[in-house]
Formats: sequence, C-alpha cells, structure tokens
Amino acid sequence: MKLRVWTLLKTYTVLVYFFMFAPIAVVLVLAFNSSQFGGFPIEGFSFRWFVKLSENEAIIRALRTSVILGACTAVIATTLGILAALALVRYSFRGKDLITTVLIAPVLVPETVLAVGLLIFMRWLHVPRSFGLLLLGHSIIALPFVVLVVQARLTGIRRDYEEAARSLGANPLQTFFAVTFPLMLPAVFAGALFAFTISFDNITATIFWRPSGMETVPTQIFGMLRNSVSPEINALGFVMICITVGVPLMAGALARYYMRNTK
Amino acid sequence: MPSNDQSIDKRPWLLLSPSLVAITLLVVIPMAFILVYSFYENLDLAVDKVAFQFGNWSEVATDGYYHTAIWKTLRLSVIVTVLAAVLGYIPAYFIAMTKFRDKWLLLLLLILPFWISFIIRTLSWIHIFGNQGALNGLFQMLGLTDAPLSLMYNEFTVIVGFIHVFLPYMILNIYVSLEGIDGNLEPAARTLGATPWQAFREVTLPLSLPGLAAGCLLVFVLTGGSYVTPLILGGPSDFLFGNLIYDAIVTELNWPMGATLSFTLLLLLGLVVVVYSRLMGLNQLSKAFK
Repeated sequence: MKLRVWTLLKTYTVLVYFFMFAPIAVVLVLAFNSSQFGGFPIEGFSFRWFVKLSENEAIIRALRTSVILGACTAVIATTLGILAALALVRYSFRGKDLITTVLIAPVLVPETVLAVGLLIFMRWLHVPRSFGLLLLGHSIIALPFVVLVVQARLTGIRRDYEEAARSLGANPLQTFFAVTFPLMLPAVFAGALFAFTISFDNITATIFWRPSGMETVPTQIFGMLRNSVSPEINALGFVMICITVGVPLMAGALARYYMRNTK
Repeated sequence: MPSNDQSIDKRPWLLLSPSLVAITLLVVIPMAFILVYSFYENLDLAVDKVAFQFGNWSEVATDGYYHTAIWKTLRLSVIVTVLAAVLGYIPAYFIAMTKFRDKWLLLLLLILPFWISFIIRTLSWIHIFGNQGALNGLFQMLGLTDAPLSLMYNEFTVIVGFIHVFLPYMILNIYVSLEGIDGNLEPAARTLGATPWQAFREVTLPLSLPGLAAGCLLVFVLTGGSYVTPLILGGPSDFLFGNLIYDAIVTELNWPMGATLSFTLLLLLGLVVVVYSRLMGLNQLSKAFK
C-alpha cells in the first residue's frame, strides 16, 4: 500500500480518537477550574470544587446508593452469569443455540421498554418502586454481558487440570473449589467488574425504577443538569472517571504483575 | 467434571435455570404485561381501569404527533448509524492492519469509553458547544463574535452526542471481523493483478460486512431506544419516541398510553432485529467479547 494512503488513514484514526477523548479531557481539566462557573474560560487552578463536592450531602448519598447497588448487582449477575456460562461452555445439549439467544435477548430489548415492562408488571403485583426493583432490574440488564464475558474467558480453561484432580481422588465439589474456581477467578472478576460498571452507569432504566427520593449518581447528575453544568459536576465527573477507569486499569496491571512474578 | 456427551443430562439445565427463571420473570412476562396494559383505560393521573379497548392503539395509529416521533426516531437512528459507520470503519481498519508495536494501546483506548460514565460523556459536549463552551471561548478570543453564539440544544448536538457514545461499539465490531480475515487474502489478490483499492473492495470489505452489520444494528437499536441524550443535548423539538414514553409514564402518569407506546417501540426495533438475524444470524454480536 502506498505510504500516502496509509498516512491518511493514520491521521483519520488519530482525529477519531481525538473526537472520542477531547470532550472527556475537557471535563477533567475543568474540574480544577477555580471559576465559579462550570465552563470556560479557565481562571485558575483550584481544588475548591472537590471540597464543595465532599460537602454535598445529596451527592454523597447518591454515591453510596450507586456503590451498594453496583456491588449487589455484581454479586447477583455474576453468580447467575457464571452458572449459565458454565452450562454453555462445559456441556453440549439440545437447544443450546436457542438458549444462548434467550440469554442475550435482554440486550436487544430497548432499555426504555424493558424498564416500562418491569415497572408495569410490578404495578400489577402492587409492589411499589424500591431499591429491590432497581437491584433486580440492573441485574437482568447486566446478565447478558456477564454471560458473554465469562463465557469467552471460560473457553480458555483447559479441562485437563480438573480431570487430573478427579483421577487423583478429589470429588466433584473438591475439584470445583480447589481447581476450577481458582482458574475461573479472572473470569469471575471480569464479569463482576463489568456488572458493577453497567449498574453504576445506568440511567435510562433507573429513572423509571427508582423510588421517589432515591438518587443514584447518574440520576443525581441528570437532576442537577436542568439549568447548566455546575463546576461540582465536573469535579464529580473527575472522581467517577478515576474510579471506573482507574480501578479496572489497576486491577489489570496488578494481575499482569502478579502473573509475571508467579511464573 | 465428568463426561458431557449424554443427550439427557440435567446438569446444564440446573446451571441455566436461575438465569432462565430471572429472564422469564423480569423480561418475558413483563413484555406480555405491556401488551395487556395497552388495552387498559386511563381515567386520571396514575389511575387506570382494567379494560379491553383499543382507544390507546387508535390514538397511536391516528395522531400525527406519534407519527412525527416515529419518523424522527427512524431518521435520527439512520443518520447516527451511517455516520458512525463512516467514522468508525477507517479506525477499525487501521487498528486491524497496523504493524504498530503499541496496537494494544489503541485497543485499550477503544475500550476505555465503555468504562466512562455515559452521562458524563454526554454532558461533556455542553463544554464544547455551550455558551461557556470551548468553541465559543475560542471564537471570542479570536474576536469573531462578542456575544456567545448559540450552538447547543439542536439536532446536531444530539447527533454528535449519540455518535460519541456509540462509536466504540461500531469500531469494536468492525475491528473484530477485520481481525478475523486471513492476512494472505489481500496480498493474493494483489499478486493476481488487483490494485490496492480493488483488493480492498473485492476481498476485505465484503469479508468485514458481518462486523459492520453487527455494529450498525447495535447503534441503530441503541439510538432508537434512547430518550436521555435528547433531554440533555437537544432542544424542545428534538425528541425521540423514547421521550414520549418517558413523558407518558414519568410526567403524565398515563400508564396505559406508556404501555402502548412501549409496545410500539418494541415492535419497530424488534422488526429491525428480526430482519438482521434472518440475514446475518445473532452470533456475530457476541464476537466482540472474545
């Protein structure tokens, strides 16, 4: 291929990446703007909006709700997802393709429709909106993604180790906890992290499901946006990006470091 | 775990049952309830009557307001999908074909947006196009205008917001299918006398279509089902069908109408998914996770 064409493709790619990251970078920078407005111009460097943020009780409460909700969602979705993925990877049975489609189907239902459906069903059952509804809803939204992620990771685990353990006299339960589960840990971890992020980030369905007065971080930000972007939102954005990007990156780096040292 | 070749084995079904029960209870049955509720009659705010009447459906079928919303939704979804495909194909191709040592970095950067809050990514455009945004700041600094230009809260910013959020889905799907192409095919075509452009058009492009189609389906369905982005980045006339559902359920507390509109949206987008799965099968969609 001619070098000029290649340079053109490269420039195009760089521009697309710029498009994807420039606005995010702007949020990160503006979080440290000392101006009393959320936008430009930048008047100086300051931590004042982080201080303000830590004093904002509504946001702290929303953050706590989001973290608890995300953690519970991760537990439920990962448990269900791993069991289902084990069935798909380890067994061949009739109707497997159909079952796979059913497991992935919730992704293809528009989230707005999914939200309204569950809400109407609960209304018919006379169950009011609650944290529990949010938890069930978030779990079902995260489940297909967990199944896909875990399934992809599980396929890579060789059966030989389990068969060796069995032939050395371990019973199925011992084999599972001594051999299979430790080998599955990265898959479990990836699935749980994914489920947490999906829950932590969800707003479309959450707006329908949350009980009045309960806010998650996204709905809280959404509520604060009505007039303009306040500088506190920039600071909150900074904190959220540090959590949701920093934690997986560090986990990945740690895993790599750990693997290298144990080899 | 012991052998798995028996045709009647209960273990996989035991493992699958919690997920299947959850999906049945939380997705399948609720979808049926949407349909049932669409025949109910709305009496007052949040008060409805069990009924079997077609009032809601005939309103959706005859009121031009709903037709406008359907048209707007399809139009915007097509625009976003096409633009995302055009913007996304070349980076996907570049990542797949580059011999660049730090290819993993490009891939990592591609996955990074999935970890960043949707609402933060969406509102970040207010910092670009808003009255106090980067563009207005730049224009004023250059002395092009005195007062801030109003660039925000129109269809353009809604489209930009959607593309920004959904582009990684598109690039990832195209990349996955480009990555799966045998690297010898294009050189083979070249040896047989094809120009680089011909080799791409006749060999690589057709082979990458499944990924492109999967990306398009995802972007189309995700855009068509949205309502939050227009609320944040759009003006009063930039609403999608999802916004009508939001208004019916959250603002007007008209549950039967909300149900009717939801089922309509499910049918419209479901149709797209069915056509796609007939043509391509649903397997391609899961490939991006491997």
